[in-house]
Amino acid sequence: MTAEAPTDVRVPDGAPTPGAPRTRGSGAVGRSTPPTGGGRVVALLTGYVPRRLGQALIVLWIAFTAAFVLLQALPGDAIMIRFENPELGLSPEQIADIRASYGVDDPVLIQYLHTFAGFVRGDFGYSVQSGTPVQQLIAEAFPQTLVLAAAGFVLAVLLAFAIAFLSASASFAWIRTALRSVPSLFVSVPVFWLGIVLIQSFSFRLGWVAVINPGPVEGLILPVLTLAVPIAAPIAQILTRSIDEVYTQPFVRVVQAKGASPSWVLWRNVLKNATLPTLTMAGILFGELIGGAVVTETVFGRSGIGRITEQAVAHQDTPVLQAVVLLAATAFVLINLAVDLIYPKLDPRLARQVGASR
Amino acid sequence: MSGASAPVRALAGARSAVGQDGPDGAAPVLEVRDLSVAYSSGHESTTVVHEVSLRIHPGEVVAVVGESGSGKTTTAQAVIGLLAENGSVTAGQILLNGTDITAWSPKQLQAVRGSRIGLVPQDPNNSLNPVKRIGDSLGEVLRIHRWGDKRAIRARVVELLERVGIPDPQLRARQYPHELSGGMKQRVLIASAIALDPELIIADEATSALDVTVQRNILDLLDELRAELGTAILLVTHDLAVAADRATSVVVLKDGRVQEQGPKDEVLTAPTSAYTRQLLADAPALATAGRRTLAEAERIVAHGAGARPTLVVRDLVQEFSLGRGRDPLRAVDGVSFSVQPGTTHAIVGESGSGKTTIARAVLGFHTPTSGSIAVGGQELTGLRGEQLRQLRRVLQMVYQNPFSSLDPRQDVATIIAEPLTNFGLGDRAGRAAKVTALLDQVSLPAGLATRRPAELSGGQRQRVAIARALVLEPQLLVLDEAVSALDVSVQAQILRLLEQLQDDLGLTYLFISHDLAVVRHISHTVTVLNQGRVVESGLTESVFTDPAEPYTRALLAAIPGRLAPAGLPQEPSA
Repeated sequence: MTAEAPTDVRVPDGAPTPGAPRTRGSGAVGRSTPPTGGGRVVALLTGYVPRRLGQALIVLWIAFTAAFVLLQALPGDAIMIRFENPELGLSPEQIADIRASYGVDDPVLIQYLHTFAGFVRGDFGYSVQSGTPVQQLIAEAFPQTLVLAAAGFVLAVLLAFAIAFLSASASFAWIRTALRSVPSLFVSVPVFWLGIVLIQSFSFRLGWVAVINPGPVEGLILPVLTLAVPIAAPIAQILTRSIDEVYTQPFVRVVQAKGASPSWVLWRNVLKNATLPTLTMAGILFGELIGGAVVTETVFGRSGIGRITEQAVAHQDTPVLQAVVLLAATAFVLINLAVDLIYPKLDPRLARQVGASR
Repeated sequence: MSGASAPVRALAGARSAVGQDGPDGAAPVLEVRDLSVAYSSGHESTTVVHEVSLRIHPGEVVAVVGESGSGKTTTAQAVIGLLAENGSVTAGQILLNGTDITAWSPKQLQAVRGSRIGLVPQDPNNSLNPVKRIGDSLGEVLRIHRWGDKRAIRARVVELLERVGIPDPQLRARQYPHELSGGMKQRVLIASAIALDPELIIADEATSALDVTVQRNILDLLDELRAELGTAILLVTHDLAVAADRATSVVVLKDGRVQEQGPKDEVLTAPTSAYTRQLLADAPALATAGRRTLAEAERIVAHGAGARPTLVVRDLVQEFSLGRGRDPLRAVDGVSFSVQPGTTHAIVGESGSGKTTIARAVLGFHTPTSGSIAVGGQELTGLRGEQLRQLRRVLQMVYQNPFSSLDPRQDVATIIAEPLTNFGLGDRAGRAAKVTALLDQVSLPAGLATRRPAELSGGQRQRVAIARALVLEPQLLVLDEAVSALDVSVQAQILRLLEQLQDDLGLTYLFISHDLAVVRHISHTVTVLNQGRVVESGLTESVFTDPAEPYTRALLAAIPGRLAPAGLPQEPSA
């Protein structure tokens, strides 16, 4: 038994595939003694996370710059829209003063550096429309949106998992088929329409949920539902598909051959494998959430980042828009960073790659 | 076993049932009586297993042998109650220790699976949950059957890993499948199958995906466990040589019907069915001598000795970077060989030996780290772009898997003519004529030209791939495991085709394979590789009959079929 061990450790790559170098790389890894878990964590902390954080900062800077350039290129002038209104009766000199205080007539590069320096310090400037500091506007609106978005996302994930699992395990074939068509239906529902339909039926027709001055929780129900449905759909689609795919893998058969019940197979073996592709999708869908929040908050008349965005766009309120873009980018970057960090925890094969490439 | 007498009576009239009575007159562990299995799609139902009967007594190994589509795996799945969703047992009975389990509910079958019937699956590389630790995967069967508490299970897992010969069991239990080699994973799967000391183990092509030396170790381990625990083994395999080595009795299946069954010695030495005889003749591993004598091969190679070799590889080194701060992996380390025109040179080795890397370097798919490769006198290292493309006119390849090497959306004629189109050769009529001629050359009916790959069998697809490789009239054909994925009878046909094409067209082959028996059959000269280095090279017959190196000897000794009875029929001389 011992004499044969060396030959046994050679990694068979079965079919010689075009990916030969990679396969052989892993072969070499298989031969060496595997690193302990501790070593892997150290490698993560010394190399991977700081590098990803650095990349995140670069992404944010690019987003900031792109937003700045685009907002500059927009035709129209927020200050003129706001102050040239004859009813205000401002003289050309006064307007010139205001323009100078906002610095809008400086060369673009100076404006860029000025704004950038402000953002780095945490000073986002003043809203042209209301004159309040942008950070104050956002600080007031952000918690509202965060609650809405978080609740929407959680509900979306719950909905998606419920649909996917029922469609994988329901005992009648027709239920499975029916559930499978639910996501495609959800995907094609526009957010604003769904919001209006929900208000129509639950508030006006049935009178279950108040729309005028609802309580803090009551007021969340319909917006969260509106936000969750279109996001739940693609997650459910990906999840159903990857559950199907995992079921075709040979190891599932081996688990069944061990005498596992269908629910043991699903919960203890298929689930974790099927979640992996879904996680990436969830990170990307976070964008939907931001777009969805704009529409949802407008439809339901809620205050929040979405509402601020809608008003800022209407009045070309450049400083607010600049801050909102950066906020959205930050949220995106953070979510995707979190996804990337969770991934190796769920899939040990990736943890290995992270360790090996460092 | 009150039911024991009934099966005996029932089988008394059945034709040549396997394993008449147990060695000590014990009841069979498994008895399959006139089993028929059908798959349904829509309203149609196709019977794929017809009235198969077999019996296994404790400590026996019954091999179910057949080619793809013979129903051997379906039979095994029916026994363990894990037929695909659209499959069902339409007739017959499955008796486990005299109890009919055919009509059992899924719940009842769950209790039997894993505890009384263990399964060792086909491909260890995807048969373990990739995100589960080895110890958890192995302990799963114990937890499912509520064998003991957590501590007891943990201890039992280590004990089992030790039992199947895994060094460092504590450490391995905490690792994930991708950190283990294929052979080790198969050991883990065997450990899982024997964890609850089942009466029956079903080994479904359990070693087909493994290297020959690993295969031998795994089969030895199964043998050992059988002797120790008295377990009965149902060995499902396409490989007659494996059956010849390990089985006590053999059941030969074709198209879902039993062709022949009985004690191994009888079936293999005095086969009564024509199909078994054909299988025996086609199995290269059972051939005791090569196709050519040493003198013949010497003459052929000497004949071309004056001419310039078609392929010369000198001191080839291929390294792959493993990332910063790590030594590069040397996949090929100073390999040299040359191939005379009109001969076949084989490169043989186990996985990771670098044989495919050499093939890819010869084909110009990647630039070697150092060394030279000359095809027909032209140096090809350093060639780029258009020059390299022109080289494909003299150098073509046939890939391993005929199912993925053909574009599923093109018809056969387009596939074969594609190289001509790429090089702008000939007009439409000329190409069509060429395709017809080539189809004839590879013995395919002309009517196939308008079919798509999905409508062809594996052997037909590989013929199409060969025709495509030949359309440019190359000098050198690189055959990378070109027959490894094929059934043994199809493999024999393709090998015959390759030989005939070589004789007719004077082709030169570089034949890459892990299969020593096939290599012995087809090649004139051979290079044995191990971990990127040449172990031994020379005329195939002299290397095989008189290996100089211990590694070659070990490799040759591991070829299945060597433990077979001495009276095995000699292969009819080709």
